[in-house]
Amino acid sequence: MSFINYSSREINCKIVYYGPGLCGKTTNLQFIYKRMNPEARGKMISLATETERTLFFDFLPLSLGEIRGFKTRFHLYTVPGQVFYDASRRLILRGVDGVVFCADSQLTRTDSNEESMENLRMNLREQGYDPDRLPLVLQYNKRDLPNVASLGELHALLNRRNVPEIEAAASSGIGVFETLKTVIKLVLIELKRGGRQ
Amino acid sequence: MSHGSFILREPEYEALLWVLQKLLTDASAKIVFLVDKDGTLLASAGDSVGFDTTSLASLAAGNIAATGGLANLIGEKEFSILFHEGERDNMHLSVVAERIILVVVFDRRSSVGLVRLRVRQASARFNDVMVAALAASDAEDGGIEELTEADIESLFK
Repeated sequence: MSFINYSSREINCKIVYYGPGLCGKTTNLQFIYKRMNPEARGKMISLATETERTLFFDFLPLSLGEIRGFKTRFHLYTVPGQVFYDASRRLILRGVDGVVFCADSQLTRTDSNEESMENLRMNLREQGYDPDRLPLVLQYNKRDLPNVASLGELHALLNRRNVPEIEAAASSGIGVFETLKTVIKLVLIELKRGGRQ
Repeated sequence: MSHGSFILREPEYEALLWVLQKLLTDASAKIVFLVDKDGTLLASAGDSVGFDTTSLASLAAGNIAATGGLANLIGEKEFSILFHEGERDNMHLSVVAERIILVVVFDRRSSVGLVRLRVRQASARFNDVMVAALAASDAEDGGIEELTEADIESLFK
């Protein structure tokens, strides 16, 4: 749920990166953190295990400038991808305005992608969202690795809503900002509509 | 409340600031702030220099959410008060008006007893303001209609 403060002229929106374990959600945020102008981003917080697996969430606040006199702030979160952290994922989805579903393109991760997408839809419903309406972008990550599924296969498996889909190799930054821009646009378009159908 | 936007207008924002400022003084605190349960900072009072209030807001919401999950596991709705004691500074977190987190940071010039008392007194005032703010927000359609596609594109130039 976006927060608009007319007194301080600020718009705050929450974007969550979702997907199976080791698909590259944290890598997306790390790349954004490294490449953003320091004035436009805050501190990146990672609540991770000693082996750098996300335990609760990563958090990166961005300020992207003004539109119509409103400062725009976007709070980026990742969820822990491992199956047994489902309670944490549900908490992080609270108040979300837009989701990036980060899929691992490797053929061996097909089942994990499908399971995670079903988990996302179920958790959104539990939080009172319509999973068919919330702004969503699909990122097909790890396109630089061998043995990846074709775009057609990934589309058929994950993109039943026909939402924007972007190829990426987040470790080298390919597709990372394109994904971010796409989800931000969808969130702002939704904000303009004010949640109307 | 819907999943549209929470819109805070000037009168309610000023009212929240007034209650925060009074609590800051009454509790002899260093800084007090209000955070939405989604992790967004709504308002603050006190000397915020040296505090990363954005990160603090996000972690405070995460803290309340995680302990709320723990509470559910033992059959409680939520743990409405959390207290963290440090060597110099302490933090008192409480849920007010059901969906807002009130965070008070204080040092040895105050005490947890005083903070709890003042927070309890301020909670009723916060509740009144938030009820009015949420009603006003729900009455609006929640959008910024004047926002154009060109405005959105301008963010990325």
